[in-house]
Amino acid sequence: MALDKNGIAKRIAQELQDGYYVNLGIGIPTLVANYIPEGVEVILQSENGLLGIGPFPDKGKANADLINAGKQTVTAIKGAAFFDSATSFAMIRGGHVDLTVLGAFEVTDQGDISSWKIPGKMVKGMGGAMDLVASAKNIIVATTHTDRAGKSKLLKECTLPLTGVKCVKKIITDLAVIDVTDNGFKLIERAPGVSVEEIKEKTEGKLIVEGEIPEMNI
Amino acid sequence: MNKVVKNAKEALEGVSDNMTFLLGGFGLCGIPENTITELVERNITGLTCISNNAGVDDFGLGLLLKKHQIKKMISSYVGENKEFERQLLSGELDVELNPQGTLAERIRAGGAGIPAFFVPAGYGTEVAEGKEVREYNGKHYLLETALTGDFAFVKAWKGDAYGNLVYRDTANNFNNMMAMAGKITIAEVEEIVPVGEIEPNCVHTPGIFVQRIFKAENLEKRIEFVTEKE
Repeated sequence: MALDKNGIAKRIAQELQDGYYVNLGIGIPTLVANYIPEGVEVILQSENGLLGIGPFPDKGKANADLINAGKQTVTAIKGAAFFDSATSFAMIRGGHVDLTVLGAFEVTDQGDISSWKIPGKMVKGMGGAMDLVASAKNIIVATTHTDRAGKSKLLKECTLPLTGVKCVKKIITDLAVIDVTDNGFKLIERAPGVSVEEIKEKTEGKLIVEGEIPEMNI
Repeated sequence: MNKVVKNAKEALEGVSDNMTFLLGGFGLCGIPENTITELVERNITGLTCISNNAGVDDFGLGLLLKKHQIKKMISSYVGENKEFERQLLSGELDVELNPQGTLAERIRAGGAGIPAFFVPAGYGTEVAEGKEVREYNGKHYLLETALTGDFAFVKAWKGDAYGNLVYRDTANNFNNMMAMAGKITIAEVEEIVPVGEIEPNCVHTPGIFVQRIFKAENLEKRIEFVTEKE
């Protein structure tokens, strides 16, 4: 069975390592914070100027001055730091953030990503996504394998305006865990009960399948 | 030295049509509300506004957009404003979208006297169109230029008559850089404290960057998405 959003987030959380500084994008990536494994301490960075994002505030305690990059009210953990946007992007551009997790419209088997614009229809802007993908040491894309119409989002070439080129290292979808290698997508794991054939069928880009593909352990 | 003025009206002395303004804030967090209200009242037009976001339909910069006072926006993310998207798609509004870190650095550079610099964000994308590309240590970088403005409008938590500013929590965001890059920088603050009360170690924006300061009245501090524990 394909994973739901929380399932994808749960699987991504397994990629977190103790001591990581992590930037989580809007949408599914934000949910990853709910599944940080026991014994793993990570500090979440928010590009609007917070190192150490805490849980949502208690009822009635929302603070207009304390939000995340998705403009939701949050709290700050003990030991958090606040700073301006230039300092925030010095952390990102300078390679100090260990892992970035973000969503995408399309990803290619070369690691290109599009995520910010649908010409003539939707222009929200790139926000911090271009800075993040150009500089993060490790980038995981969290997405559904296909769009609402059933069309593959894992392509040979992006059809939409690019956010970055040759930058995505790993893709975790509702169907599979896929590494982006020099030779194309490499299937690493499949969602419980999902067949390799289904993944092949729903992946337009070049997919390498070697040996037995284990099921995700979630 | 006393930079304190009575209110937004007095602070905005000298603003006029076709000027370039820098505005602090991220979403609706840390935006100069009173200043924006005064700009709406003054009815000036042809403005170029440099701001990370464009407010929402009925608050923040959305109020200036609705009255068609803005000719051009330089921003990174405008997804929360339908009127903005409409004016952009219909061609009424000239928009330059920048990667957020590039935008922050362009403003910081403007305030710091650095005319241009190289960043990796946007290489290989439409952001790179027309820009010089250079390779350093095997990686590609774009030449980006500095931004400054005729006026910068910022919002802080506390300030004093010297113009020293302290922000609260994530309401610093773009304010600190904007303050550096305005020819005239106007700060609206929640509280004006006596000179000497702000511990020098805790000043975020040193007063040299600020020309006028006033106490904000009736701050709404609207929250875009109130999210609380279930």
